[in-house]
Amino acid sequence: MSITYLEAIQAAQDRALAQNESVYIYGQDVGSFGGAFKATKNLAAKYPGRVIDAPISEDAMVGSAIGATAEGMRPVLEMQFADFSTVAINQICNQAATQFWRTGVPCPITVRLPSGGTEGGGPFHSQSMEAIYAQYPGLIVLTPATVEDAYSMLLEAIAIDDPVVFCEHKYLYYHLKADQLPSKNLPVGKARIARAGKHATVVTYSAMVHEALRAAEALEEEGWQIEIVDLRSVKPIDTDTVLASVARTGRLLCVSEAFPWGGVNAEVIARVTAEGFHLLDAPPKRLNAKDTPIPFHPDLWKTHRPASQSIAASLRELLRY
Amino acid sequence: MAEADIKDTNPESRDSASKYQTAFRYMLLARIFEERAASLYRAGKIMGGVFMGKGQEAFSVGLGLALDHHRGDVYGPLIRDQAGRLAFGEPLIDAARTYLGSVEGPMRARDGNVHRGNIAMGLIPMISHLGSHISVVSGRLIGKRFTGQTGAIGGVCIGDGGTSTGAFHEALNQAAVEKLPLIIAVADNQFAYSTPTSRQFACKDLVDKAIGYGIEGHSIDATDLSLCLDTFEQAATRARDGQGPQLIIGHLLRLCGHGEHDDACYISAEKKQQAFGGDCLDLARQQLIEQDWASLTDIEQWTAKIQEEVEQATSSAQREPGPDPFQESWQALSTQRLAEGHTRA
Ligand SMILES: Cc1ncc(C[n+]2csc(CCOP(=O)(O)OP(=O)(O)O)c2C)c(N)n1
Repeated sequence: MSITYLEAIQAAQDRALAQNESVYIYGQDVGSFGGAFKATKNLAAKYPGRVIDAPISEDAMVGSAIGATAEGMRPVLEMQFADFSTVAINQICNQAATQFWRTGVPCPITVRLPSGGTEGGGPFHSQSMEAIYAQYPGLIVLTPATVEDAYSMLLEAIAIDDPVVFCEHKYLYYHLKADQLPSKNLPVGKARIARAGKHATVVTYSAMVHEALRAAEALEEEGWQIEIVDLRSVKPIDTDTVLASVARTGRLLCVSEAFPWGGVNAEVIARVTAEGFHLLDAPPKRLNAKDTPIPFHPDLWKTHRPASQSIAASLRELLRY
Repeated sequence: MAEADIKDTNPESRDSASKYQTAFRYMLLARIFEERAASLYRAGKIMGGVFMGKGQEAFSVGLGLALDHHRGDVYGPLIRDQAGRLAFGEPLIDAARTYLGSVEGPMRARDGNVHRGNIAMGLIPMISHLGSHISVVSGRLIGKRFTGQTGAIGGVCIGDGGTSTGAFHEALNQAAVEKLPLIIAVADNQFAYSTPTSRQFACKDLVDKAIGYGIEGHSIDATDLSLCLDTFEQAATRARDGQGPQLIIGHLLRLCGHGEHDDACYISAEKKQQAFGGDCLDLARQQLIEQDWASLTDIEQWTAKIQEEVEQATSSAQREPGPDPFQESWQALSTQRLAEGHTRA
């Protein structure tokens, strides 16, 4: 058997609906159509009345989900593309994220964000928004890079009593396959060593984990052993695992597909320099997408985002220091 | 609050007289409390702001009384709904504590003034962003539909200015699509802060929006308490009967500044002489007396009792401790193991 990242997301929702009566799914075209990417395929028929088409109203989708939690429900929202979650940003960041702190009543919603670039996606169907949400107190932000994580972390997200922004990467939907779904996995909040090495650490997440792995293979041929930390969760960040890796390698490169200003890379570098300055043999580096909107044409897009070649080039520079 | 004798012998008019009396006393309580809050604000005892519902009490109380939290009804008030909150069942002390920053209040001094609520009782703790609470109330109704709690309805309040938000539009459309038992009370008080309605919308009456959403709409003189009570009662019945969202536009005039920091110099004195410019509390007082539903002495007695009640609430909230930054958990997640600030300074 082989299962894709996208199928794992469908399977996790299937399992959550089966296990817990209070779970329902709400989003545009998620019902009998099965969602723009088919992440809710067959679920409307299997769970009548619990997989509901929403109007194109991201604000009202999230607002109503927040209200439903007070009645004991655990809504899972699908944004058709992560980019459109900007319309719901007020409900996510100001309403959902503040509720527990203001009132002591938890707000267990899961907002699924089909994130990141694909060929031809263009400026408004390609964004990586994790840093925007991670900036707000009261949210958990997850960025699974593997089929196993897509499955287990989505199930865990739905079970968590706080609002979770679940950034699933569209590029991985069909590209990534696993033999089977996991029965056990690392919990949310723990990073994973995706590849062990001793000369430099790459801290990354989501689709960039795979680009970094390819870069590490290229560097292995040149005699370098690169360690790759897959953050899995960008809020919270597992700083301990990152620091432990930097302690082993002395060199840090952070890679993210998001825009360069601020963000996860900046956060990781700030933490490592503040808490592990003495571990560093070279100034930490970061590699992001370029500081322009995301281009439509595949030839431009491939250069806009970090990829194995640019990661490898950054690593060579880092190792030369 | 003690009832005054109602002399009417006809049971139907006796019922409406007693409801009118109850409503009037919530209005009076709201007015007197807010005046007290305003003077505490001017004395520097209240931080942030004080927002009054002066002139809006009849419309506000109408919705508050039409809802019954014991039946599972949900209420989403906004900044000028002290009267509605009291009628819905929010204890006065919650308002006093929140305004005065007591840790004993429902928001534990983390949030202030009108940003308070009680999720368990169905009272939505508003955030500032206008329009965003409507879909939250809708969500509670959707949740009740899932969990089989039948018969409950929701009511939300918003101002004329708030109807211009995308959140308002999304929420009304969503409520219409889902045929939710939701009453949307729009207090058209002619101003949004300083902006007159001519700069806010271009339709003749906001009730025209009901047609576009495919829901029922009613437009009333919100200075008339009887009309407010009847309209909301009927809207509640229709919502409970499955007739979907009910949009009620109340026409009135804001008789105060936007907040106590604002002298409302942009509202001309003539406005008060024009249609909907009257004070609903004065009009209701007149009505009580004209209908022989209460005497001047009754009203004086109620006023004295209410003043005492307000004094008690504000002075006890003032005696209570404020927040201690060293006792604060400083964490925003309920899942402690995932809270960053908690594990790392
Ligand atoms: C989305 C949003 N924008 C701006 C504000 C700032 N603001 C607070 S109250 C207010 C005026 C509201 O007017 P209206 O809705 O007519 O209600 P009223 O104050 O007249 O009761 C404004 C602009 C806000 N709270 N929310």
